[in-house]
Parts: sequence; C-alpha cells; structure tokens
Amino acid sequence: MAETDKHDAELVPGTKLDRREFFVKLGLGSLAIAGAGTAAFGYQFLSPNVLYEPSPIINAGKPESYPVDSVTLDVNSGIYLIHSNEGYFALGAVCTHLGCLTAWKQELGIIACPCHGSKFKRDGEKVEGPAPRPLPWFKTWLSDDGDLMVDRATTIRPMEFLRV
Amino acid sequence: MEKTVNHYIDDLRDSRVWRSVFRGGTGSSPLRRSLAIQQNVFLHLFSTKVRRRMLSFSATWYLGTLTLGTFFILVATGILLMLYYHPSVPQAYADTKDLQFVVSSGMFLRSLHRWSAHAMVFLVFAHMFKVFYRGAYRPPREFNWVIGVILLLITLLLSYTGYLLPWDQLAYWAITVGSNIASAVPVLGDRIHFMLLGGNMVNANALLRFYVLHCMILPLVAIFFIAIHFWRIRKDGGLYAHATEPATVRAAQAKEGR
Repeated sequence: MAETDKHDAELVPGTKLDRREFFVKLGLGSLAIAGAGTAAFGYQFLSPNVLYEPSPIINAGKPESYPVDSVTLDVNSGIYLIHSNEGYFALGAVCTHLGCLTAWKQELGIIACPCHGSKFKRDGEKVEGPAPRPLPWFKTWLSDDGDLMVDRATTIRPMEFLRV
Repeated sequence: MEKTVNHYIDDLRDSRVWRSVFRGGTGSSPLRRSLAIQQNVFLHLFSTKVRRRMLSFSATWYLGTLTLGTFFILVATGILLMLYYHPSVPQAYADTKDLQFVVSSGMFLRSLHRWSAHAMVFLVFAHMFKVFYRGAYRPPREFNWVIGVILLLITLLLSYTGYLLPWDQLAYWAITVGSNIASAVPVLGDRIHFMLLGGNMVNANALLRFYVLHCMILPLVAIFFIAIHFWRIRKDGGLYAHATEPATVRAAQAKEGR
C-alpha cells in the first residue's frame, strides 16, 4: 500500500517523508518522550525524599560502662562496642552477606551469623564465609559530655582505636 | 405428562429474565451447548469442545485447575483477612495475633490462606513438571509455557511479599535477607533495594509497599496473565494429548471394543 500512497502523496516540506510517515514518526516520538517522562516520574515517586529512619549517630553512654576486654552488642542500633586492651572501637554487627544481625560467642571468642554461618574475629576480620567482606569499623569519638559516640554512616580503617 | 425437575429447569431457562441474561437458549443440542460456552464472558476463554479423554484425571491430574482453585481460595480468604489487618508498625503484628486468637474464625481463615499459599506453590511446580514431562510445552504451545513461567514468578513473588505481613521476627529477617539479595544486582542493586523497601531498612515503608504489592498489584497482574494462559490453551489447539498416553490408548481400545 505504501507504494501507491507514495506516488500521490506530497512530501512534508523540508523532509523526505510523506504525510502519513511524518505523523507516524511524530506519534512514536511523542510516545517515546512520554514513556521516558513516565519512567523518570516513576523512579522519583517511588524513591522517598524524607525517611523516618533512626539517626546513624548513636550515643553509647559513658566509656567507663564498658569493662576492659568486653564485647557489647546493641541490638537496636546493630553495633558492637568493644573495649579491648588497645582502646575502644565500634564494629558493625550487621552481616556483610545478607544483612542478618550477628551474635558474639563469648565461649568461642568469635562473632557468628545465625543465618548462613559466617564467622568473624572480634576485630571484624572474616574467618569463614559466605560473607564477602569483614565487618566494618565505624567512626567513634567522645562528645563534649564525655559520652562515647558512634557514626554508623562513616566507616574507618580497622585498628584505629579510640583511646580514652 | 407429569413434569420432571428437568422440565422446570427448562421452563426457567426459557423465561424472559433468564433469556435476557443467558442467550444460549434451551435444549441440549450440540449448538446450544456450544453457545453456553461461547456466549459466556468467563467460559468463552475455553474451547467449546474438548476431547472426552482429556477430561479424565490421568490426562492432566487436574493440576492447572487445582492451582486456579487455590488462587480463588487465596483471594477470598485474603480479602477477609484484610478487614482486620492494618499494614502499619507495630500494629500489623498485633493484628496478626488478634486474627489468631480473638477474631471469630480468624485462625481458620489465616491458616487456610497460609496452607493454600503453600499448596499453590506446590501445585504450580507439579503442573509445570507434568507439562514438561508430557512434552506439552512444545510448539505450538511454547508461548503458553512462557506465560506459565511468568505466572510461576508471580506466584513466588506473592508468597514472598505475603511473608512480611505478619511482621514477626521470621518475616523481618526473611525480607532483610531477600531484599539484600536484590542489592547484588550489578550497578543498580542499591537503588532497586532502596525502591523496593522505600528506605534503607525493612521498616514501615517496606511493610506498606509489600502490602500493596501483595494485595493489589501482584493479584491484578496474576489475573491478567491467567486469562491469557487459559485463552491460549484454546488458541494453541486445546489440551495436549499424545497418542501413546494411557488415556488415549484406553480410549482407542474402548472404541474398537477390545
């Protein structure tokens, strides 16, 4: 059908398209633009702009409340506060595999994940998979009131102890 | 002549009201029976004629039909459960407990919903194995196999999203683990995780999103594909029968009078 149409149809000025081809292209182009807009709108709409999640900064209380050579799990914030001989440090308690909360096994001296059996040393180093990475060290500092503060959003290099 | 029950039914089917709803007409001639299927909005998806042997248990083990049955049970019980369930934190857990111990027949409805969900996953797999080993996935039915795979995925997603709704420890950690698997997608993983949960962690937003997916979006998508799945059975030449199948052989033997 295009053959016969093309013979008679006048070309749209400034193009090599006849009227029908021009409008088909115009229509498809408009749909493509509308589709891209819908995708952008959808992505923005589905990503919340404000979150009512807990602050990443934790006040862990007075350093003296953590005896030397102790590992304390804070279940709500998902961190270990560890007072070792070298000083204080905060370790992420969320397994780097699939996000389960790990547990400190005092009798074995390791951190173990109940979900898939990953094991870590007390300094976060991976002993056994399937976890792909060691547990992260979080930034710690003392507040003006002398409280131990932890920022769960900022990781630091291992073995950077906070000495009080 | 004394009227039998069938006469009364025929009178009913001949009445003006009945004829205004069902246009097939009375009688049981092949034409009328065809029209009863063809002119019904639900049944017209199916073939007007089916080989008798394909209706025997051994032909399909009724696995597809049973899957649809569990789907209907899940829709009915799910709608009733929605009347007592608030998808909010921490109310969701309390509502689940109430359904178990306070609401009349709540335990029955919740258990029926849960067991039907398990049964549906089992039946979907059984249906797929049956279709696979019969070779019923082969052309011209290959596209309907693809639709079936989509329906399998929808079934699993319905199970997964429903798992979070009780908001107990099992649900919380299962969805934590499951959504973290989505993070493993290259490049886009973290964004998918964020959009799926509506945040960085399993929280009130995640519960609400999974609730909407579970009760609204996924069932609608499922119904859409189920309709195509059934319609394609007719379009692809009806239920698949192989000449060497016991049911087919028995039917042939019966015909020859052996």
